[in-house]
Amino acid sequence: MPRPLAALLLAVLAAAGVSLFSGHIDPYYLDVLMGVGINVILAVSLNLVNGYTGQFSLGHAGFMSVGAYLSAWITLIEGPRILGASGGTAPEQAALFLCALVLGGLGAAAAGLVVGIPSLRLKGDYLALVTLGFGEIIRVIFQNIDSLGGALGLNGIPNYTTVFWVYSFAALTVFTVVCLVRSTYGRGFIATQDDEIASEAVGLNTTRYKIVAFVVGAFFAGVAGGLYGHFKLTITPDGFDFTKSIEIVVMVILGGMGNTTGVILAAILLTLLPEVLRAADQYRMIMYSVALIVLMLARPKGLFNFDYARLVRRLLGRARTAP
Amino acid sequence: MTEFLQQLLNGISLGAIYALIALGYTMVYGVLRFINFAHSDVFMVGAFIGYYAGQHLPHGTIGGGLAAMAAAMVGCAILGIAIERFVYRPLRSSSTLNVLITAIGMSLFLEYTGQLVFGATPRAYPALFPSTIVSVHGLIISMNQVVVIVVAAILMVALQFAVFRTKIGTAMRAVALNPAAARLVGINIDVVISFTFGLGSALAAAGGVLYAINYPSIDPLMGVVPGLKAFIAAVLGGIGNIPGAALGALILGLVETFVDGSHWSTYKDAIAFAILIGILLFRPAGLLGRFTAEKV
Repeated sequence: MPRPLAALLLAVLAAAGVSLFSGHIDPYYLDVLMGVGINVILAVSLNLVNGYTGQFSLGHAGFMSVGAYLSAWITLIEGPRILGASGGTAPEQAALFLCALVLGGLGAAAAGLVVGIPSLRLKGDYLALVTLGFGEIIRVIFQNIDSLGGALGLNGIPNYTTVFWVYSFAALTVFTVVCLVRSTYGRGFIATQDDEIASEAVGLNTTRYKIVAFVVGAFFAGVAGGLYGHFKLTITPDGFDFTKSIEIVVMVILGGMGNTTGVILAAILLTLLPEVLRAADQYRMIMYSVALIVLMLARPKGLFNFDYARLVRRLLGRARTAP
Repeated sequence: MTEFLQQLLNGISLGAIYALIALGYTMVYGVLRFINFAHSDVFMVGAFIGYYAGQHLPHGTIGGGLAAMAAAMVGCAILGIAIERFVYRPLRSSSTLNVLITAIGMSLFLEYTGQLVFGATPRAYPALFPSTIVSVHGLIISMNQVVVIVVAAILMVALQFAVFRTKIGTAMRAVALNPAAARLVGINIDVVISFTFGLGSALAAAGGVLYAINYPSIDPLMGVVPGLKAFIAAVLGGIGNIPGAALGALILGLVETFVDGSHWSTYKDAIAFAILIGILLFRPAGLLGRFTAEKV
């Protein structure tokens, strides 16, 4: 079996293992654990767009909301009709949840396609603004759909998200992004980021690469949204505003754009930090902003942007030579 | 007909405020080619300076109102120059993306520091200007609206004069055209950029005070939405183009006011973004901008 596939299976098995013992874990830690996993999905998927392909998107929360609403609509409103009055057995619920997550992801991917085709012709600042604009438009639309709760959002979403689901999808996200970028096809993402004009000159269809990155990123954002909805049990349009997008962007930048390991570490750090510093919650966003500015001034390639393989080798080498 | 005129008046006064903010975006874009995301928060700080200054000034008089506005303009000019000096200047040679991220960081910093310093709860804005209301054939004209339109018009004419008739204005246009060539003929680019930031921030502060007296509550996040819309107005008119920013702002103000008055009012906030997306797709250089081909 190829190594990445083996790693994916191992991660899913580990997630299932942890999930079996989740009854013995303190609920607070379980919550934090799931929050970390969801943020890893969001950050790694955004990294494909912002990092590897070099297209600065500020609308990730918008795609997340599409997935969250679509999957919540399936389990909350369509669910009782499908499962019957009894609520269905556990495997039935799991199957429904899986369908809801995948459909939520596909819905977000469709939204990504609709947003991406026109806006990816733009560059830099303009692209950032247009994606931000689309994110806001999606939010306003949800605020105006009465059957989805309008501005109040949806309540009483079934509690389906478990550690298993979160970490299986987190592993799948990392697997997809890493394999995609390392494949022959995926080199085109990095080429697009490095030099768009040169890539076009050698015959790469950069627009298509950008759209593929955008759609794949949106799919996983939608899945993360579905997981988030069935974890928080209530979603409102305002929960997916500009600030949420910024939070994800900060994870990507802090981790080092185009560096999956770094981005995962940053996602973990930035989810745990507010938990540790709960007393200082009002300073959280100030710290985020100062971190962004200082980072750009002092270490513009990201805090965790190392060559990890080389780092490990060097550490191992040192351990071996040490007496 | 009266209702139409009323909406027209409301739209023009909203557009005048957008114009004051949009000018700052467009001028900074002209000389530095980047979107100063923090501009909308300078606008917010301007409204707050006006709020605090207003507490020490007589309420309900034209003089007191103008004095509060002048204080806000001076304070924000200093803030704008400081932001440029300490945050943007060290990054002048880095990539667009880094500057963009820094600008977002600066914007968040001002917003959340504002929440800490000013408090997150919205506050009622004092009536700085006389609250006289005149009714002409059923058309309601408030003193505030008159102040907004007159002040905005005066400031825009003054800006036009500063940019086209003064030495520093000429230098500004030279930097916008070609920074390297401007430096060769002896223009001190740093001074010009500082001046641009000061001027833009002062206009945003005036916009902040005028916005606050018309929409009488302020909070540290008040700048986000008007800031975005003013930016859209600048893009609509052709970014980097000063009359374009004013025109775009006027159009946006009118469109928004009329949408707000129709039964589509809940979509008011989305319409500006729809305009932005439309203009970027079909005429990226804006209404008055000139399209220039990108050189390889």
